Amino acid sequence: MAQRTPLYDRHVALGASMVDFAGYEMPIQYSSMRDEHTAVRQRAGIFDLSHMGEVRIGGAEPVAAVQRLVTNDLDRIGEGHAQYTGMCRDDGGIIDDLIVYRGVDECYIVVNASRRSVDVAWMRAHLRDGATLEDTSDATALIAVQGPLAVSVVAPLVSGVDVAALRPFSFAWGASLAGVGGVVVSRTGYTGEDGVELYVDAAGAPAVWDALMEAGRSVSMLPCGLGARDTLRLEAGLRLYGQDMDETVDPFSAGLGWVVRLDKPGGFAGSDALRHIKETGAPRRFVGLRMGGRAIARHGMPVFSGDAQVGEVTSGTFSFTLGCGIATASLRSDVEADAPLQVEIRGTRADAERVPLPFYKRPSTERSEPAWPT
Amino acid sequence: MADLTGYRFTASHEWVDGGSRVGITDYAQQQLGDVIFLELPEVGRTLSAGERFGVIESVKAASDLYAPVGGRVVEVNDKLVDAPEKVNSDPYGEGWLMRLEDVDETGAELVELDAYDALTAGH
Repeated sequence: MAQRTPLYDRHVALGASMVDFAGYEMPIQYSSMRDEHTAVRQRAGIFDLSHMGEVRIGGAEPVAAVQRLVTNDLDRIGEGHAQYTGMCRDDGGIIDDLIVYRGVDECYIVVNASRRSVDVAWMRAHLRDGATLEDTSDATALIAVQGPLAVSVVAPLVSGVDVAALRPFSFAWGASLAGVGGVVVSRTGYTGEDGVELYVDAAGAPAVWDALMEAGRSVSMLPCGLGARDTLRLEAGLRLYGQDMDETVDPFSAGLGWVVRLDKPGGFAGSDALRHIKETGAPRRFVGLRMGGRAIARHGMPVFSGDAQVGEVTSGTFSFTLGCGIATASLRSDVEADAPLQVEIRGTRADAERVPLPFYKRPSTERSEPAWPT
Repeated sequence: MADLTGYRFTASHEWVDGGSRVGITDYAQQQLGDVIFLELPEVGRTLSAGERFGVIESVKAASDLYAPVGGRVVEVNDKLVDAPEKVNSDPYGEGWLMRLEDVDETGAELVELDAYDALTAGH
């Protein structure tokens, strides 16, 4: 029996199609993926992401404890900031990709629902003495509001935190909205747009959802399912664990070398293996593909250069923003950058053009203040 | 609701109307979600009932299309190349897929609307 989020009844009432995802009954779409996708790119969309896992690291020196677990360097961010990172096995294989929130006396780690039990077991086994771990996933709901107008929807409802003043990848705790306190507000997301993620006590989630839905009416905000979430994240070049990477893939092969900080003092789980992979060269390269036709290249389809298979598609979809098929692929690292590529789709080879990631970057917004003194 | 007089249906969610046009049902387009690509047969091809005649691809998945009746393909809906979303917005009208002549119902397993509705009810 699949688990339900605190917002399950809301999804059913909105007419969502529900699917089993990582053991949860989740909405895949409410109206149309295209409409939901477009709402986020142009206005705002709201997502229930309560299936995601949250792990609290506390006790003695929580930052030092997390530093030993993850590949990125938490000393590159300060308190009140979030960081994308990897967690690797001793051989460098990726256990999961994570967001770490650096608090004052604690860190919160957001993990993929499908990896939660594996992650928690690994973290417990590799936790420094004196640090504590608490899996708060079941008590925590996560609601995301994403899109260029997302902040204008959320900010007026929130007291205790100035949402509009939060910088990208920063967060604040102690917010209240819709009579629900103790909300963590974060300027993060998985769509390539500006937006906000709200961590809410599970019991308060329906009230927060209802208030946000009501406030979103003025900008025609739509509830968005996992379908639109996938097309949005792929356009933005963001990885999906289980498709774009798994435990057999190292971060360099997944195009995530930028979250591996081998110079981090004291090392971390997998750092010796990752240093060796970096020195000898990663076996794979992670690339973006723009498809010639409308047919969709999907996970696992072979990629050819001439007669030779040189890799596989990791993720593929139709880009509503670009109006063509897009995909990411894992290629052998000896494939030349200008080699012609084709994806075999149902027995037919379709031309694929190698393009830089991301496929879509949001138009840069006017800064409210100069980036530096002028 | 479209006037479906003369339409008959298959368990694989295709329809054929009195003029031997073929398409997919409203239930099918809802299940598929946004249609973005269709592979339709060449005009002149002869199909038998139940034969795979093409592919319909949505953002979610690609699915095979099966001929509800046999016949010769005399027309395919070229407008769907640039506007496949018509299958979603008007599955029984502008979203038609192909038109057949010399129809052969040998081996066809067709049901009337009531029976088709019963088939999909509760899903």
